[in-house]
Amino acid sequence: MANLNLVQAINLALIQEMEKDDRVLILGEDVGVNGGVFRVTEGLQKRFGEKRVVDTPLAESGIIGTSIGLAMAGLRPVPEIQFEGFLGPAYDQICSHAARMRTRTRGAYTVPLTIRVPVGGGIHAPELHSDSPEAIYAHTPGLKVVMPSSPYDAKGLLVSAIRDPDPVIFFEPKRVYRAFREEVPEDEYTIPIGKARVICEGTDLTVISWGASVMQCMESIEKSSKSVELIDLRTIYPLDIETIEASVRKTGRCVIVHEAPFTCGFGAEVAATIMERCFLHLEAPVQRVTGFDTIMPYYKLELNYLPDATRISGAINDIAAY
Amino acid sequence: MPKKTVLSVQIEFVSILDEHGNYDAALGDGLIPDADLIKLYEAMSSCRYLDEVAFKLQRSGRMGTYPQNMGQEAGSLGAAYILNKDDWLVTCYRENCGLFWRGVPMESILLHWMGDERGNAMPREHFATPIAVPIGTQMLHAAGLAWASKYRGDSQIACTFFGDGATSEGDFHEAANFAANLDLPVVFCCQNNFWAISTPGRIECSAPTVAQRGIAYGMPCLQVDGNDIFACAYATKWAAERARQESKPSFIEMVTYRLGDHTTADDARRYRDQAEVDVWKERDPLLRTRMHLERKKLWDSSKEEAMQARVKTDVDAAVKRAEEIAAPPAADLFNSMYAELPPTLAHQRDTMQTHSLASEQAAKVEGH
Repeated sequence: MANLNLVQAINLALIQEMEKDDRVLILGEDVGVNGGVFRVTEGLQKRFGEKRVVDTPLAESGIIGTSIGLAMAGLRPVPEIQFEGFLGPAYDQICSHAARMRTRTRGAYTVPLTIRVPVGGGIHAPELHSDSPEAIYAHTPGLKVVMPSSPYDAKGLLVSAIRDPDPVIFFEPKRVYRAFREEVPEDEYTIPIGKARVICEGTDLTVISWGASVMQCMESIEKSSKSVELIDLRTIYPLDIETIEASVRKTGRCVIVHEAPFTCGFGAEVAATIMERCFLHLEAPVQRVTGFDTIMPYYKLELNYLPDATRISGAINDIAAY
Repeated sequence: MPKKTVLSVQIEFVSILDEHGNYDAALGDGLIPDADLIKLYEAMSSCRYLDEVAFKLQRSGRMGTYPQNMGQEAGSLGAAYILNKDDWLVTCYRENCGLFWRGVPMESILLHWMGDERGNAMPREHFATPIAVPIGTQMLHAAGLAWASKYRGDSQIACTFFGDGATSEGDFHEAANFAANLDLPVVFCCQNNFWAISTPGRIECSAPTVAQRGIAYGMPCLQVDGNDIFACAYATKWAAERARQESKPSFIEMVTYRLGDHTTADDARRYRDQAEVDVWKERDPLLRTRMHLERKKLWDSSKEEAMQARVKTDVDAAVKRAEEIAAPPAADLFNSMYAELPPTLAHQRDTMQTHSLASEQAAKVEGH
C-alpha cells in the first residue's frame, strides 16, 4: 500500500500493465524523455525503452490514427492527447474509425486502445486547456468513456481500460492530479468499467457527479445538514443506471453536478434517465449544477464558471425544500 | 556570403509499357513472367466487367451508390501482385482489382455497396483493411499497422492507396511525417487520377508533381505511368524492398485517370471535357496489356473471347451470391458494437425500442 496522488496512481498502473503485457505501448507528444507535461509517464521511457514509450510528432490525428493501426494489428496502444482541448484534430479518427471498426467489420478488426486525456479546469491553464468534452464522446456509439475522481479508482479503472477489447477514452481530471493522496494498493486490482461508486450514503437527496466536481460535491455535502447520498459515476459510458435508479428511488431528489456546459451536457442524459426510471418516486425536479453555456473562460474567471460548493449547496437546499 | 543550394531534387518517371505497346525490356526484365501477365490481364478484365455490371445494378435499383474503378485497375493490381500476401493492403475505394488479387471475394465488395456492412468484414487472412470512406484517413492506419510489424520484429510491411485529392488532407501529411520520422515500413501509393469529384488536380496540388510531396518528408519518390502494370509493379518492388530492408517509407505517384464518374451519383460531364476522357481511353491499362500479349503471341481474339466468357460467368455468379445474401436480422445493428453489450444497448436490441417502460408499468400509467 502506498500513499499516492492521481498522477502517481496512473503512472503505477501504466508500469504494471506494461510489465505484464508487452503488447502495451505508450505514444504521444512529450510522453517519453519529458515524462508528459503532467509527468504522468515520468520514468517510463527510461524503464521500458524508446520502443515502448514513443515521442511522436506533434499531430493528434496522427497519434490516434497510428494507434488505430497498432490496435488493429493486435497491440494495446495507450496514446496520450496532451490536453482535452487538442482532441479536436483527432475527432475524425476517434469517431469515424476507432468507434466504428468493430461493427463495420463485424468483429474482424477491433481497436483495443486507451486514449489518456487530461481534462477539465481549475488549474490556471491557458485557453483551450480546461474544457470538459466527455458528452461528445459519450454520444459517439462504439466508445467507452471513463473519468475517475480519485487515485484508487484511477489505477483500477486504467487497468480495466487497457485490458478492454474496445476503445476507451480515459479522462484524467487535472484538478485532481495533485489535489490529494490516498492509499493505493501496489497489488493488482481492477475496477469495472460501467460501475458507479456510492461515495457516501444518504436518505434525503442524491448528488451525482464525476471527475473533479466530485471534490466540490464532497465539500458541499460535508457542510450540509441533509442526509445526502453522493454517487461518482466513474464511467460516463456505459452509464451505471442501476446504481442511479436505486439511489433516486430511495431519496426521491437528485442534483447532478458537472463542469461541462449545461446544454447537452451529460447531466441531461442522467436527468432524462432518472425521469424515465424513477418518475413516480421523484419528489422534486432533477436539477443540474454545471458549467455555463459559455466558452470555458480563461483562468481569471474559471472559478466563476466551475460549479463550486456554494452553488452545489444552493441546489441541494432548493431541492431538499421543494 | 554567396547563396548556396541546400537541396535540389529530381523526380524520376517510370514507364515500361506505354499506350502504343512500346515495352522497355531492360526495366521490365524479370518483373512479371508471361504466365502471370495473362492472369493479371484477366484480373483487370474481370474488374472492368464488374464495374459495368455494378453500374447497371445501381441504375436498376439493385445497388446503392458505387464508385467505378474503370481506368485505374493497374495501380492496385501491380502493387498487390508484388507485395507478399501478408503485407497490409490499406485502400480507399478504387482498389478493387488489388483486393480481388489478394483474395477478397468479389461479393464482399458488392455487398458493401449494396448497403450491407458485412461486406467490410474482411477476413484477417487477406491482410486488407475495410474500405475507407472518409478521404485520407486510412494512411495513418497503414502507418500504425506497419509500426506494429516493426514493433514485433516482423518483415511485414504496409501499402496504402489514396487519391490526389487525399494529399490535401491533413491526415496524409501526418501519416507521411509519422512514417518518415519513426522509420515505418510503409509504401504510399497515390493514384493521381486528376479529378477529386469535380475538383481538378491543380486545386489539390499546384506543384508540378504530386510525388514531390513525399520529398518534403524525406521519402524517396517515384512517378510512374499508373496505367502501366509493369511500371506499377516496378515501383512497388522498389518501395517494398526499401520498406522491408531499411524499415523506411517511400512515395509512389501513379499517374492514371478515372474513366468513369466519381460514383454513380456523379455526372462528370458537368466539369470535364469528353476530349480529355477520349485521350485517356487510348491510354487504358487493359488495351495496352492486351496489345503487349498479342505482340508476344500469347493472346488472340479466341483467347480473349474465352476469357471474357469466363469473366462474365465469374462476375455474374458473384453478383448472384451477393444478391442472395438476405439483409441481416435487425439485432445485427447491435451485436458488434462492443465485445460485451452494455445493458442499455442489449435492451435496445431485444426490444427494438428506446423507451424503457416495462409493459405492466405502461398499463399502469394508461390506467392511471
